[in-house]
Amino acid sequence: MKYRDRIESALNGSGGKADYCEIRLEETDNTRLTYRGKSLDTIAQTSGLGGNVRAVSKGGWGFASFNSLDDLKTKVAEAVAQARAVGGVKTELGEVEPHVDVVPAHIVNDPAKISLDEKKRLMDHYNDLVWSVDGINSADIVYGDTSRKTFFGNSDGAYIEQHQVHVISRISAQARDGGDVQQAGFSLGSQGDYDVVRDLDDDVIDAAKRAVALLSAKSIDGGERTVILDPVLAGVFVHEAFGHLSEGDNVYENEKLREIMYMGRKFGGKHLNFTDGAAIPGLRGSFKYDDEGTPATRTALVREGVLVGRLHSRETAAKMGETPTGNARAIGYNFPPIVRMTNTIIEAGEANLDDLLEGVDDGVYVRNWYGGMTQHEMFTFSSGEAYMIRKGEIQEAVRPVMLTGNLFETLKNLDGVGNDLGMNQGGGCGKGGQMPLPVSNGSPHIRIQNCLISGA
Amino acid sequence: MSEALLNAATARFDQAEVYRVESESHPVSFEANRLKEIMRRDTSGVALRVIDGGRIGFSSTTDAAREAELVDRAGSLAQFGAEASFDFPAPSEYPEVETFDPAVPQVSQQSMIDTGQGLIEQLLDEWPDLLCDASVGWSTGHGRIMNSAGVDAEYEQTSYYCHIGAQLIRGTDMLNVWAGYGSSKLFGDADLDRLLQTVRRSLRWATNTAQATSNTGDLPVIFTPRGVSATLLRPLVSGFNGKNVANGSSPLADRWGEKIVDGRISIFDDPLIPGASGSRPFDDEGVASRKHGLIENGIAGGPLLDLQTAGQLGKSSTGAAGRGLASSPSPGTSVIDIAPGDMSFDDMIAGVKDGLVIEALLGAGQGNELGGDFRANVSLGYRIENGEIVGRVKDTMISGNVYKVLSQVEQISDSSEWVFGSMRSPAIQCLGVEVAAKDE
Repeated sequence: MKYRDRIESALNGSGGKADYCEIRLEETDNTRLTYRGKSLDTIAQTSGLGGNVRAVSKGGWGFASFNSLDDLKTKVAEAVAQARAVGGVKTELGEVEPHVDVVPAHIVNDPAKISLDEKKRLMDHYNDLVWSVDGINSADIVYGDTSRKTFFGNSDGAYIEQHQVHVISRISAQARDGGDVQQAGFSLGSQGDYDVVRDLDDDVIDAAKRAVALLSAKSIDGGERTVILDPVLAGVFVHEAFGHLSEGDNVYENEKLREIMYMGRKFGGKHLNFTDGAAIPGLRGSFKYDDEGTPATRTALVREGVLVGRLHSRETAAKMGETPTGNARAIGYNFPPIVRMTNTIIEAGEANLDDLLEGVDDGVYVRNWYGGMTQHEMFTFSSGEAYMIRKGEIQEAVRPVMLTGNLFETLKNLDGVGNDLGMNQGGGCGKGGQMPLPVSNGSPHIRIQNCLISGA
Repeated sequence: MSEALLNAATARFDQAEVYRVESESHPVSFEANRLKEIMRRDTSGVALRVIDGGRIGFSSTTDAAREAELVDRAGSLAQFGAEASFDFPAPSEYPEVETFDPAVPQVSQQSMIDTGQGLIEQLLDEWPDLLCDASVGWSTGHGRIMNSAGVDAEYEQTSYYCHIGAQLIRGTDMLNVWAGYGSSKLFGDADLDRLLQTVRRSLRWATNTAQATSNTGDLPVIFTPRGVSATLLRPLVSGFNGKNVANGSSPLADRWGEKIVDGRISIFDDPLIPGASGSRPFDDEGVASRKHGLIENGIAGGPLLDLQTAGQLGKSSTGAAGRGLASSPSPGTSVIDIAPGDMSFDDMIAGVKDGLVIEALLGAGQGNELGGDFRANVSLGYRIENGEIVGRVKDTMISGNVYKVLSQVEQISDSSEWVFGSMRSPAIQCLGVEVAAKDE
């Protein structure tokens, strides 16, 4: 236990002056390759060492982050003094048993054991494949792997070391006709498995061909339509439209929002079942303990259309009279943990894709994601691909669309859930300046009536 | 030590560059109308870039004990790295730019707390139902760049900033408004009042809700300075980014010197503006800063270039390199300055029979930005009817193309306003913005 003595001795003495204090140290190693245009753009290896002290006194928080681990005791004193200067009312933190544990990385095929030469040759190969398709103007390829070791101790007596290894890649092809630039691509990721970036030839060529084909695809008029979302985009939908509003820190000190997001509120039909949790092993948002040392859980958010749970840190749980769910996460040592999603899922229903298509006379089938954002009840996200649906059949490709809506109405309009749950591991979430945090989303195909989409 | 690292790298490789940063920041933040957290963040780290055998290697660390590893790592990466199209620059004269205000590090914790509290209280006086958050903070930073061609340059900068946000919930209708400003100089009541005015104006205009008129671009849209930043800036600037120009994906790649938008539009990247967030004497590769015309009187100036993209295009760096500690330099903007026009903002609104005012978008940047396209949900915008703002629009999406929209400019307001301290813009009224609204 590498830093246990240093952390415990630095924390020693914080008691009495603060209600709670914690130290989180972090060691990172990253490799990154990017391609842009025709060739390799950058190749970089970076390493990091840093840490922070966080303290709370009478409900007020102090936080000090640093790169040098010297004088940890002084840094504890500084964070404690900051917390005391905030003052306020009283500290409320949900009870968590203090664990002592060392958690090794979840490894399938460790990217650290793959030579840089091999990684570069593979990405060179994908770059060549993109360019092998006629009409390509640029390839945008990112490969990255990261190793993050955290060393956490708190004044309750917890000491937890955790190691996480992530692999991500985004491969995108671009085609241009004068001022018209179209792109198509895909993202993927894994925890601890380099193999996820292997054997992508067909996907790469398919993306490049789609980018070229988009130049001659028509765009559709904006307006309300029936849309069917593939599992990837439906996963982004549940993350954006619902997930963020179930984060306790968005709600706990907001009386009005608490009135809206009350337990037992009905959002839609019995086919709506949403879950979030890091306790599923091996997904990108999975871990054993969150960044406050709380064990991971699986939290049912919506059961049969009714709000039954939300995501918490120790503080938001205590202030709402609920239980910590292990969702306090920080992107790195220079940020305090805040309430975040982990692996967010719309659970499978019974319909197959044909059932969902049946009766849709004029709709849009949207696949793959480009991005998404939420501001409370408003959300918006973009598809990577779009196809017209006429008389229950998926027809020609059109240009990708953006979907937008209001959570409350949209969930009422979500009238079909497929039986084909698929996970998307290529996402990263941003909140409070902390981005990209590894998360995954999953869903079967879903259907939404009267969804506002923008063409062009 | 930077010298030792540079010497070790220069001894082994053809060329080398060491970039070192140190900073400390002191934010205080308020949540739900109350002081919530006081922070201090210290950052330090070093990056080494080498050119060896014509290829670039890059490595960085924030772990002082591992600095010596950088030489080996950058060297081994250079075997695989991108081809260098440049040499590290020799020393040159740098302009004098105001980036440091000694008053900033003197700001006390209590003074920041009082400032945040004061802003929140003033808003609550008028709107007791608001839920406000705020942050006030200062930081100092020191950057030093050295290279094997003899550059050894450094400067210190300060930053002082203030941000206030307010939320109003009525039923399931949620309104968020905010304002923020940052500068290398300490600022006081006049600028804080300006922030309050911005928030108050948003709250007033959003008191009622209104239905937008769906149209295909024949109704005028007024972008406030913040709206310009949220909607037009990114798709526009991506066309000037040296990387996009060098790889041919910018639609401007072969249009320099041509008229691309309305002749009243002039946009500069100007890192010499005193006190602006982003002003600097030299860029992150040690190249002298200069004012750079992106668009002058509607005519495309030139791309923003760092050393690598300049080399690829057979040009000189425009001093546009930016970088974080963990990433190689790449070209970008410093401070954007858009020239004002000749009509007052109030007169602009008064002259519109049916149209929209756009302040903020949700989900911008998801479309074909490289081609100049924008599309997003209007998170804060208002309907104008017969020359008056009648209320906030919701469930409304806008889309368009920045080059087309800026070719259909109707009016430009006569005063430029700072948007978060790194962009100055007037309000711009144009046609060509497609509006899709959900029917009530």
